[in-house]
Amino acid sequence: MSEPYDLAVIGAGPAGAAAAVQAAALGLRVGVLDEQQTPGGLLYHSVTRSPLPRDGVLDDSYWEGAPLMQALLHSGAEYLPRSSVWNIDRDGGIGVTRDGQAQIVHARHVLLATGAIERPHPFPGWTLPGVMTAGAAQVLLKGAGAVPSSRVVLAGTGPLLLLAATQLLRAGATIMALLDMAPPGANLRAAGYLPRALQAPGYLSKGLALLGAIRRARAPVLRGARHLRATGTDRLEAVEFVARGRRRHIPADLLLVHVGVIPNTVFTRLLRIEHEWNARQRCWQPVSDEWGRTSLPLLSLAGDGAGIQGGWAATHGGRLAALDAARALGRINRAERDHLAVADRRALRRHRAIRPFLDTYFRPPSWLDDAAPDTVLCRCEEVTVGDVRVAVARGSRDPNQVKAVTRCGMGPCQSRQCGQPLAQLVAAETGMPEHAIPLHRLRAPLRPLSIGELAALQTRDAA
Amino acid sequence: MSPDVIIIGGGLHGSSAAFQLASRGLGVLVIERDHVARHASGASAGGVRRVRRHRAELPLAMESLAMWRRLPELVGSDCGFDACGHLLLAESDMDMAWIAQRIELTRSLGYNFEEMIDAEELRRIVPTVAGGIRGGIIARDDGYGNPLVTTAAFREKAVALGAEYLERTEVLALGQGGRGWEVSTSAGRFSARHLVNCAGGWGDRIAAMAGETIPLEVKANTMTVTARVPRFLGPVVGHVRKRLSLKQMQNGTVVIGGGYLGRADPEAGTSDVLFDNLPSNMQPVIQAFPHLASAPIVRCWTGLEAYTPDNVPILGPSEHSDGLVHSFGYSGHGFQLGPICGVIVADMVTQGGTNLPIVPFRPNRFEAAGPVAWGASEGTAVEETVPARH
Amino acid sequence: MFRLLSDPAPDGVMLSLDGRSVLVPPGISLAAAALIAGLLPTRRTAVSGAPRAPYCMIGVCYDCLMEVDGVANVQACLTPVRPGMAACTQRGLDAAGHV
Repeated sequence: MSEPYDLAVIGAGPAGAAAAVQAAALGLRVGVLDEQQTPGGLLYHSVTRSPLPRDGVLDDSYWEGAPLMQALLHSGAEYLPRSSVWNIDRDGGIGVTRDGQAQIVHARHVLLATGAIERPHPFPGWTLPGVMTAGAAQVLLKGAGAVPSSRVVLAGTGPLLLLAATQLLRAGATIMALLDMAPPGANLRAAGYLPRALQAPGYLSKGLALLGAIRRARAPVLRGARHLRATGTDRLEAVEFVARGRRRHIPADLLLVHVGVIPNTVFTRLLRIEHEWNARQRCWQPVSDEWGRTSLPLLSLAGDGAGIQGGWAATHGGRLAALDAARALGRINRAERDHLAVADRRALRRHRAIRPFLDTYFRPPSWLDDAAPDTVLCRCEEVTVGDVRVAVARGSRDPNQVKAVTRCGMGPCQSRQCGQPLAQLVAAETGMPEHAIPLHRLRAPLRPLSIGELAALQTRDAA
Repeated sequence: MSPDVIIIGGGLHGSSAAFQLASRGLGVLVIERDHVARHASGASAGGVRRVRRHRAELPLAMESLAMWRRLPELVGSDCGFDACGHLLLAESDMDMAWIAQRIELTRSLGYNFEEMIDAEELRRIVPTVAGGIRGGIIARDDGYGNPLVTTAAFREKAVALGAEYLERTEVLALGQGGRGWEVSTSAGRFSARHLVNCAGGWGDRIAAMAGETIPLEVKANTMTVTARVPRFLGPVVGHVRKRLSLKQMQNGTVVIGGGYLGRADPEAGTSDVLFDNLPSNMQPVIQAFPHLASAPIVRCWTGLEAYTPDNVPILGPSEHSDGLVHSFGYSGHGFQLGPICGVIVADMVTQGGTNLPIVPFRPNRFEAAGPVAWGASEGTAVEETVPARH
Repeated sequence: MFRLLSDPAPDGVMLSLDGRSVLVPPGISLAAAALIAGLLPTRRTAVSGAPRAPYCMIGVCYDCLMEVDGVANVQACLTPVRPGMAACTQRGLDAAGHV
């Protein structure tokens, strides 16, 4: 068994890469554990090996991630791709499987940089083959150089939806319609935050460029779309929705849905870190301070996993968390940390200025409005909205009890998908506010591990 | 509200007692610190087992099994009970000798539910078992139930009969007054003539509030469940010597136990899986069923369970206070006894006694002079011991 | 359902999907290969036999589980293609109600 790392970074997206580069520069022994084959996270997925040409389909906001990922590879940090982390314990033991070999590695400090997931949005038909997330289409484009080959409908709201639309258009996809599902009045309410948003660099001009590109491509945009349904027997055949008071039906082969992103909270929930409901962003997030510190001293957070702030802010948050980890480990003192942190703290403040505008402008539609009793909530165990309503009516007051009665959240995804929608549904059914609803308790392993792998697990004792 | 009985703890034992008391017409209030089935009743492996059970528990276990068969009429649910049999594997001459000795004991007590089987019969029952397994002991009418469904069914039936549940309510102090027991809780004060302590891992603290010292240790046993795999296993399988325990549920998942410990924090009411302890949990599984090596584990969990020094429960009336009945400390094998122990508690409350032999479970049996001898079971080597249980 | 923007040859990887030989670029995920090859659904659920296909592509949804070289429940979106890999649609609940 090797020496413990000073700092283990989980996730090699912008936050994790920036943190690892910073920590290694301060002389810490750093390990970076990431599930993908190459660094980049979702934003910069495959940026060091993308099969796409540098000009054309993806713009600078993607390629600008390449230098950071190259810096990670040359930072001196031990970068371990294809590493699937399935447990973190409260003493810094990290259960990880790499190339079929499970082991527990140890770290004196752990930085979670596990990013965001697309906001789960259950609707009738969302489990049909041919329904995917917009982020999934981006991963296919970035990682495989693959573009939808037949009729595509995009639906939802959020910057990533617009970005995905422009990328697909540039890659030659045929977009039948872009359904804007933002609740009515969202852009008006957002206007109040515009002055503050102007302090944030780059966001508004980038957004205007996206809208312009979609307009120029003459992709049909339908505003105020509601009551989305995917229909078909063994695969998607049509997208149905209501717009301008009329029920519509568009034959399609691929429906890409996106209604924003939420923090990936599986590890913070496993470790029982306190979580809070972010009413403006409509999601639960772990509680941490500006350095990413949590209630567990050896655990810090950075990037969207600590609360949605976007990829640009994530690099600054990653460096701040690394600086504070170096302080916690005794490598630098508080004054040195603060001195090194000046530029990143200032930049982070500027990036934060955009959030009220973006969060309000792209406020997600409520999935509850469109859910039918037979809408699948838990994709793994095929538990429906109606099943959950029955469980609540029979006395279950929190998601853990609903899980026990219905198996909602007991599948391999460990409630990554159904966790937040279930908590929202329980809130709606019980009349309790979201912040009063506890999230699912999680059970390791957070990635399936075979019995054989666990039987052969290399533990500290065994070494 | 003024109930006749306050039950502290809403798990299977508390809910079973609530059901029996409510069905006898008593007003019942159940006070639960967390939510129902948060700990032992939620973390149970669900074994409905008599094989290898301690002789003192066998009369209760026989009666309880009869109730398991009648659960649909009793509580309106079969509670997932599947009488698929319970089989312990044997590999060596010593293992086979143990089986012979065990069967001799149960026969001498008048029971004949256990049966020795040879290699041929074993492979007929469990074709995928590894070579090298010589035979086993089986109780064909044992099986397993679904702990969460079972607890919920007893609770729902109790509520239908008028029992009330207060969840997320912690008992802070006990006192005795003119109207019987005064129970101070985080949600106010309640009083009742009778008090039942079904507080599981917190049973010793509740006893202490009544001025009684009952030794109890809280442990966190680890359970592991796989994704659904093709059907390969009928009975619940254990081992006469190794800490092995697994079964395949009706939905195809495999649930693995064996008493491998996690980290328990009864103060915080939490427990964690210690993965360092699990390779030795999984190795005997693969040794018995090699094809399971590729089965994906979906989750491991631990729950807090209360163990007594002699590994048999605390069940009976307090010898010090009137109107107090204890029922906790089932030491990792109380699930099967859940139905009958509710009857016993109700007998105590309504009649002041029961026909079933519960003397070995006297709550105050550890009060004799001298230090408590942990792990010194009254039974012999062919009865329940700490390592192997279900 | 997806097409490649450029030809995978000459350094393409040959793998088998439900017995069909497919040439894809190196380094892409098995889930991407299945979508490019038009293999849909990629699994049937063990609960009801419902058809599913890759949904999130980032390891969140577990709907891309496939059988790879005889091993079931492999997350295809996190599994890179390898030359000679044989992957197939994961069977779920069959008509007789067995997993």
